Amino acid sequence: MNFRSLLIPLLAAGSVLALFGALLLGSTPMAPERVLAALFGLADAADSTVVWQVRLPRALAAFVVGLALGGSGAALQGLLRNPLAEPGVLGVSASAALGATFVLYYGFAAPSAWLLPTAAVAGAVLATLLIAAAAIRTSSVVTLILIGVGLSSFAGATMSLLMNLAPTPFSLFDMINWMLGSVANRSFPDVAFSAPFITAGLAVLFWGRRGLAALGLGEEAAAGIGLNVRRQRLLVVAGAGLATGGAVALAGTIGFVGIVAPHLVRPLVNHDPARSLLPSALLAGLMLVLADIGVRVLPTNTELKLGVVAALVGAPAFVWIAMRRRTVNPGAD
Amino acid sequence: MIAEPNIELAVEDLCVRAGDVLLVDRASLRLRSGELAVMLGPNGAGKTSLLRAALGLMAPASGTVRLQGGLLSSLTPTERARQISYLPQQRPLVWPSPVRDIVSLGRFAWGCAPGRLAEEDRRAVEGALAACDLLDLADRAADTLSGGELARVHCARAFATGAQLLLVDEPVTSLDPRRRFQIMELIRSQVRAGVGAFVVLHDVALAARFADRLIWMKNGRIVADGPPSATLSEERLADVYGMRCRIEGVRVEMVAPL
Repeated sequence: MNFRSLLIPLLAAGSVLALFGALLLGSTPMAPERVLAALFGLADAADSTVVWQVRLPRALAAFVVGLALGGSGAALQGLLRNPLAEPGVLGVSASAALGATFVLYYGFAAPSAWLLPTAAVAGAVLATLLIAAAAIRTSSVVTLILIGVGLSSFAGATMSLLMNLAPTPFSLFDMINWMLGSVANRSFPDVAFSAPFITAGLAVLFWGRRGLAALGLGEEAAAGIGLNVRRQRLLVVAGAGLATGGAVALAGTIGFVGIVAPHLVRPLVNHDPARSLLPSALLAGLMLVLADIGVRVLPTNTELKLGVVAALVGAPAFVWIAMRRRTVNPGAD
Repeated sequence: MIAEPNIELAVEDLCVRAGDVLLVDRASLRLRSGELAVMLGPNGAGKTSLLRAALGLMAPASGTVRLQGGLLSSLTPTERARQISYLPQQRPLVWPSPVRDIVSLGRFAWGCAPGRLAEEDRRAVEGALAACDLLDLADRAADTLSGGELARVHCARAFATGAQLLLVDEPVTSLDPRRRFQIMELIRSQVRAGVGAFVVLHDVALAARFADRLIWMKNGRIVADGPPSATLSEERLADVYGMRCRIEGVRVEMVAPL
């Protein structure tokens, strides 16, 4: 047994511990026995409400959002062969948030609970399709990232427009929440609505992960060793679009965790994008659960938004990764 | 896993277009196992396009490619990759993976992935590493290797597949003379083991030294196809490359552009 074979069990155990920690900590800390009693239905109504209605769904929401973003980030990095690819950088998250904002603007969220996640997923898939179409035409990853910047800006501008024209202060508040990214006040039904998209997306990514290793040779050689490159591109685009859309529907836009987690995992899995998929997803989930605990216990007047914290930590990490980047042989992109 | 012996790839009247431009013009050739064929021609002659179309990676405008009599296009990418190994001209490695993992990707068509090799795949990978003198470098990260070492890694990746045909596009460009010889020796050793190799080169002297057969291409057409003794001449080099040369046996000396 070496550390590499223990990576996934360690991350899984860490995630379970962090989730349990999220139940203990909060504005009023609870002792482990009280939490356990509440989990197994042996506690009073107040405790069991705090655990089952407030803390557990919120922590689970942070975890599944992390799973989706970490897995999508690792897969997109494998597909685009660039360590800086991520749903946020490529404009997928912003486009998903735009979809959600439209629903909020027109007040469609109330009549059908499915509409918001569906709109977010549609926004995400549309953006991912655009990126993939561009990826067919150009081999330059810089171009793709620039297209992502353009997509993000456009989605941001359209969201600003919708906020500008917001019919009521309430809808404005809802929209701002999507843009900042948060898992506060999420319920089990909220998680359940996004879960099918995230599960389906991650399943597709995981199913097609072997091809990501092949793409490490470049698309031409990958096709030579028997990879159907077009199909692989479609799988990753669909998977990342579904998972990211589900994540944004649940928590709004949370950036950079999809870059940072795979970046930390990669050296531990021989830089193989296929083998980085599951650990990256787990690590991103773990990171978001911990970050959300931090957001909750920090003694601030107004609770910090998870997306704001993620960006404050992640954006400098993005710059650092970009500056340290070296390619194996020049001309690779 | 042993592919069929005496395999044959037959290209018949192949035309490849890009927009209005005819890149390959009615090319026909046959590649067999146990033979080292080298394709020569100036930049833009259509060598890479012909190679890619022969592999089915590029749709031809017309013509057919048959592998053992059956249409190549009827094979899945995996079935094709098990029988024909391809080393493209552009070989961008993105991740600093260990050498053994890169070579393992040669077994992709057999259903395995790096870090997850069946016994037979492991043997093929170790065999390819040994053949290319890479056992000492097997755990090194790709970004710590020199150009010559990387060239050997790519060869080992192509050899690990165990395919009976090997299509290689400019394997020695940017290598020094000694490394060029080394790579051609590696390909030659595969041919001795029964593989059919089809190699695109720009180094005419190297081609003359190693090839059983030279295929000359110019303006999208195959203008000559035969053993060096029959097709290598000062007139041919003048015609194909526009170069004045001196030739003695298989020794080629470029003198000046015409």
